[in-house]
Amino acid sequence: MNDPQLAAEARSPRDYGEPMVAHVNPILPDDTVTGRSLLAVVAIMSFLAALTVGAVEIVHVAAAEWRADVAREATIQVRPLPGRDLDADVRKAAEIAKAAAGVVDARAFTKEETERLLEPWLGAGTDLGALPVPRLVQLKVKTGAAPDFGQLRRALAEGVPNATLDDHRGFASQLATISNAVTLTGLAILALVLAAIVLSVAFATRGAVAANRAVVEVLHFVGARDSFVARIFARHFLAVGLQGGLIGGAVAAALFGLARLLANVLGTLPGGGNAASFLGHFALNARGFLWIASVAAAMAFITALSSRITVHRTLRAID
Amino acid sequence: MRLTGDSLETPLVRFENVGLRYGTGPEVLKDLTFSIAPHSFQFLTGPSGAGKTSLLRLLFLSLRPTRGLITLFHCDATRLRRSEVSALRRRIGIVFQDFRLLDHLTTYENVALPLRVAERDEASYRSEVVELLQWVGLGERLHALPPVLSGGEKQRAAIARALISRPELLLADEPTGNVDPALARRLLRLLVELKKSGTSVLIATHDVALMDQYDAPRLVLDEGRLYSGHSGDSQA
Repeated sequence: MNDPQLAAEARSPRDYGEPMVAHVNPILPDDTVTGRSLLAVVAIMSFLAALTVGAVEIVHVAAAEWRADVAREATIQVRPLPGRDLDADVRKAAEIAKAAAGVVDARAFTKEETERLLEPWLGAGTDLGALPVPRLVQLKVKTGAAPDFGQLRRALAEGVPNATLDDHRGFASQLATISNAVTLTGLAILALVLAAIVLSVAFATRGAVAANRAVVEVLHFVGARDSFVARIFARHFLAVGLQGGLIGGAVAAALFGLARLLANVLGTLPGGGNAASFLGHFALNARGFLWIASVAAAMAFITALSSRITVHRTLRAID
Repeated sequence: MRLTGDSLETPLVRFENVGLRYGTGPEVLKDLTFSIAPHSFQFLTGPSGAGKTSLLRLLFLSLRPTRGLITLFHCDATRLRRSEVSALRRRIGIVFQDFRLLDHLTTYENVALPLRVAERDEASYRSEVVELLQWVGLGERLHALPPVLSGGEKQRAAIARALISRPELLLADEPTGNVDPALARRLLRLLVELKKSGTSVLIATHDVALMDQYDAPRLVLDEGRLYSGHSGDSQA
């Protein structure tokens, strides 16, 4: 650099002041990369995904509680038969059940209690004496050490032939099936939402690369690797994903919070006890809110990853 | 035909029987055989449409030849992976005829782009960029955006961007095409200075007056074929 004219033109850096480097402009102009429409799409998809995850969690928890409840109980039904003393059969069935290991208590429903159970269907004041109404014995089962129901069933068949044992397994199995079906449906919805996100981001990324093709070309000419170019696009999309995930997740969480509040308020109203107890089961727990936060974070991650992969593919296609 | 620069060292670039066609069209470059030595300075000239820009694109790995062998920094340029292409491009500086400055970045940021792309810390190259901008006479235009720069200023910014990473080979496509004769002479001196500091320089131009100002070998392209020449030759 010893050209005298050029050297004469050169001045000390102090003459020009320090370059303005406190703020360095982004390599990609912000307004050419991502629009608000993509942010709205990510927010809506995150909201739907968070709702799905929350609903699945609620059903899962409720089904698990119900299954645990029914697993703690079993029922003996004693049918009236001509020539047999129904009260004696009920007492005997209760005694056989109490003697079985794993049964904590066996309570026989009285005739009056049985009538009260049927009241909602048959109405009050109905004389059930003429009807062959079976009687029930409610068994409380030890948690974690269930009795041998096969053995109990055989003992009942020998002692009280008109008694049948219902260990609620059928009901529990149906609950498990419903819970699994809801979970699978939720997973399918999540998969669709994720696919929609990936496709939307891929579409937006291709648009962004096309809009910035001149910039991408210059970056390649100055020696940028594909990974560098992909990273600067992915950074923009990560920001969109974070914002969209946060908005969608926050709205869904607020909605579940509102439902929980509603359940509590209903519980305090006169006559609202049943509704409150019902809705109480459908309130999202802390784990559900954590799931929603995870969904929001996953949306941001997937958005950034999709854009990165799309940029790599687009660069290979255009170069 | 073999043409060389003004050095006998192992060449940076070697073309052997290189041909290029776009799609199924006719060959735009035919049987090119030449080399570029280290610390050399030469002009690439010829009429418009002769294939100068295509040849520069081959040199810059922006195109692959349809036949022949290109050796660039001892690598077979026809068999490079994408990651190797970017590594080689960092050893080459290029000045485009249309500058290709990024309008949303300041002059300082445009010139610093190759270093930013190499993921160097901004503090580590700040003084280098300022010094180079002062050297090309843009010391007072650090913060100006390209749309407000004159043609000559853009040209100098583009040259500075090509030089900032101290390339071993500088390719310039009509570097004086947009400036007045006085500035063209200054830019030529700047490029000659660069050659003295160790960079091989290849300038594509059809400006005969410019070539006559510096005694250097000429690669003359005509109808896709390459001929040798020298300063002062009216026809290669």
